[in-house]
Amino acid sequence: MSHIEAQEAAEGVGSQIPDRKPEPSARGRMLREFWYYFSENKGAVVGLWVFAAVVLIAILAPVIAPFDPTAQNRDALLIPPIWQEGGVWPYLLGTDAVGRDMLSRLIYGARYSLFIGLVVVTLSVTVGISIGLLAGYLRGWFDTVVMRVMDIILAFPSLLLALVLVAVLGPGLVNAMIAIALVLQPHFVRLTRASVMAEKQRDYVTAARVVGASPFRLMVVTILPNCLGPLIVQATLSFSSAILDAAALGFLGLGAQPPTPEWGTMLADAQEFVLRAWWVVTFPGIAILITVLAINLVGDGLRDALDPKLKRS
Amino acid sequence: MSLLTIKNLSVTFQTASGPFKAVDGFNMTLQPGEILGIVGESGSGKSVAMLGLMGLLPPTATVTADEMSFEGRDMRGIGARERRRIVGAAMAMIFQEPMSSLNPCFTVGFQIKESLRIHMKLDRKARHRRAIELLEAVGLPEPERRLKAYPHQLSGGMSQRVMIAMATACRPKLLIADEPTTALDVTIQAQILDLLVDLQKDHGMAMILITHDMGVVAETAQRVIVQYAGQQVEAQGVETLFTEPHHPYTAALLSAMPERATGDRLPTIPGVVPGQGDRPNGCLFNPRCPKADALCRTVVPPRQDETLGRALCHYPLNARIGEAA
Amino acid sequence: MFRFILSRVGILIPTFVGVAIVAFAFIRLLPGDPILLMSGERGISPERYAELQTLLGYDRPLPLQFWDYLTGLLQGDFGNSVVTRRPVLEEFMTLFPATLELSLVAITLAVFIGVPAGVLAAIKRGSWFDQITMGAALTGYSMPIFWWGLLLIIFFSGYLGWTPVSGRISLLYYFPQTTGFMLIDSLISGQEGAFRSAVSHLVLPGIVLATIPLAVIARQTRSAMLEVLGEDYVRTARAKGLPAFRVVSVHALRNALIPVVTTIGLQVGVLMAGAILTETIFSWPGIGKWMVDSVFRRDYPVVQGGLLLIAMVVMVVNLAVDVLYGFINPRVRAR
Repeated sequence: MSHIEAQEAAEGVGSQIPDRKPEPSARGRMLREFWYYFSENKGAVVGLWVFAAVVLIAILAPVIAPFDPTAQNRDALLIPPIWQEGGVWPYLLGTDAVGRDMLSRLIYGARYSLFIGLVVVTLSVTVGISIGLLAGYLRGWFDTVVMRVMDIILAFPSLLLALVLVAVLGPGLVNAMIAIALVLQPHFVRLTRASVMAEKQRDYVTAARVVGASPFRLMVVTILPNCLGPLIVQATLSFSSAILDAAALGFLGLGAQPPTPEWGTMLADAQEFVLRAWWVVTFPGIAILITVLAINLVGDGLRDALDPKLKRS
Repeated sequence: MSLLTIKNLSVTFQTASGPFKAVDGFNMTLQPGEILGIVGESGSGKSVAMLGLMGLLPPTATVTADEMSFEGRDMRGIGARERRRIVGAAMAMIFQEPMSSLNPCFTVGFQIKESLRIHMKLDRKARHRRAIELLEAVGLPEPERRLKAYPHQLSGGMSQRVMIAMATACRPKLLIADEPTTALDVTIQAQILDLLVDLQKDHGMAMILITHDMGVVAETAQRVIVQYAGQQVEAQGVETLFTEPHHPYTAALLSAMPERATGDRLPTIPGVVPGQGDRPNGCLFNPRCPKADALCRTVVPPRQDETLGRALCHYPLNARIGEAA
Repeated sequence: MFRFILSRVGILIPTFVGVAIVAFAFIRLLPGDPILLMSGERGISPERYAELQTLLGYDRPLPLQFWDYLTGLLQGDFGNSVVTRRPVLEEFMTLFPATLELSLVAITLAVFIGVPAGVLAAIKRGSWFDQITMGAALTGYSMPIFWWGLLLIIFFSGYLGWTPVSGRISLLYYFPQTTGFMLIDSLISGQEGAFRSAVSHLVLPGIVLATIPLAVIARQTRSAMLEVLGEDYVRTARAKGLPAFRVVSVHALRNALIPVVTTIGLQVGVLMAGAILTETIFSWPGIGKWMVDSVFRRDYPVVQGGLLLIAMVVMVVNLAVDVLYGFINPRVRAR
């Protein structure tokens, strides 16, 4: 990156920060400022720690899980958690209806949820940003068509469309992820398009164009970095809704298929034991709730830190 | 008895980076029917002092004063209910941004009649008559139709006229006008100012005119208070202020008036009003003062006496020989 | 105002056609032959196959097929269920009141708890009330509601035994479905205990379905209120000497409601998505459960028609909210 471009990028991003003074280490300063605003939100910091813990658990799953998540023990069916009467060591959180260790399944489940979130967000962000950039930059008939299509997708309740898509594609984790990504990406298209249209009018873009930057350069290098704030926030929120939606599809029997230790699928298996074995129902839900809550807390913190409109309000 | 007396009023805001004193030791007295001008740049605490008097500051602000009495009533420890009986009735205020000061969701009529209902206990018909009367008094044509209008259908000048009608609805004894013309077009400014002065004479109400425009002060006010960085740097009668300013800041403000400029270029005051973080030692004006010396940069200046406009300065201007010593 | 409504309807038409295209494409995207799929497990003779193909127009070009589909829709022909052989529209109409009743209860709960909670949290910003409310709201927003429903069943139905686990009313009662709303019908029937039974069946699903809208509305109300409370006109209202309650509930709230109404409108989609899960958990005989069951039964005409009908409901409600928005926002109305 030439120094002119670096300057442009720094300038544009800096314009969102009130009372900026030109400084050589603009990026470092921005990061510090970002962390200042982010860490002011205590919930966000807690969320970040919890999320980090979940990531760690997912990575270390084979090391820390006491059992194979799919190994069945016919002699240990529906054993309650260790602190309840009938609990047996080493089944800390008890076992499910076919004698699989709940704790091990939950630990492995973290892998699936994070994987789902990551894939879905990557997919919808890449597609959404690309389409949004093009629509906002080119305008004209392309823009009209894209926005109409996005309106159509948004006219369907998200889970309903995902449900029907899975019905078309066939049940399974991969198809569920594709369906959810498709349902989530209109938000990125709209957000990117709106920011691009707003940024396009700014002087720094005109300046870059006068200097002779190519349209691709203008879009990706000049404009995009300045729309990132709201996109990051949206990506975080999409991460959590992807986990929720995937779990919901799993619960309906259309997502990950048994015996996959995905949390939503675990709940589907557990449904019939609702009144007999509370633990097989309770723990997977708590795992989903904690993970999603942590991500949403981080999302709130990011919004406070990245959205200049809300700053200091 | 004076209408309003304020002694040593201070307003402190709790901010993320510690307490910030926006107004420091504000004094004033106001006689019934008098017009007082308060001038200063933005950030000098002139609005904050008046908002403090009205009880309109956010909860993060702490207002303290040795005395703050309106019509002989102590306004300091006054209860919310009792304050509401005074505020909006005997003591009213209009603001800088007329367009955003009117509620966009309600008609002009609703917003004017609301005051009348709360304070004057008028019945429906009487409220309507009075509202029309008020709109006529502020010079709005077709008052019947205006009553049904929403704020976004009015221009800035019209909005300010509505604000004035609202403020004068209950025949206040004191009208505080906070930069009433700043947001308006130049041609409208004079009209609004004339209207305010006319209403003031007709009702015999006192008026406090907050402004940064020395020209406005010269035309309307009888006495002037000059604020700088939350401090009162000078207080004088209007004639002597313009002929014999005692504080260098007043002098600088006067020479920055277009009417008084002599050279090709309009003189400006270099620098800005210090904020929370960059308060200088000694005299707060010293970084921008052409006469500042070592004393000004280290020692807080004393308050001069009445003859020197109570100037907050080590070296007051236009001091006659023998007085400065 | 009339022109405003008309322009909104105008925007809706291309979206409707697009939604119809999606529904139309759905059955053709399915792996396998649609006629074989629809004929079910029993199989079909080649003669009947050809006959059906002509009858259903599958031998004609796609654009013509779509045109037929579209004109059929406008005449209320949404196809027939493969399983029950009944028209999709008819099935939808019998089941929709159940979902509507549940959704109305949920959105009422959400609005009447969410808006006051958000307003109070904004006024008492930073207080323990604000922190607890917003903590609860974020938790509700993060809630996997299908699990939340199971949890409530474990506690209220299993442990306390207060509420039934499934259905709309106890099987003890039978009365004609005059309105389709169990709460009203049970009252009309005059049968002792019927209304109580209907309420007890509705409580848990209502709470579950209300959870996410409630959280969203409370958060949105709080932030809209915070923004409005800093506006000049709120200061003007206070400068008039109005009581604090009037300043908040008339001057501030009226303005804060404008974005909140939009948010409430957007909850229709959330409610429909939530209905799929809630109705499945509580065996609530509404369109959400109907859709899930149809997916599993491979009753594709129902899935196709239901998808379109639900999207239409969402679109119509959003239109209504748009119009309502025009009514409460003078800047839009008086244009």
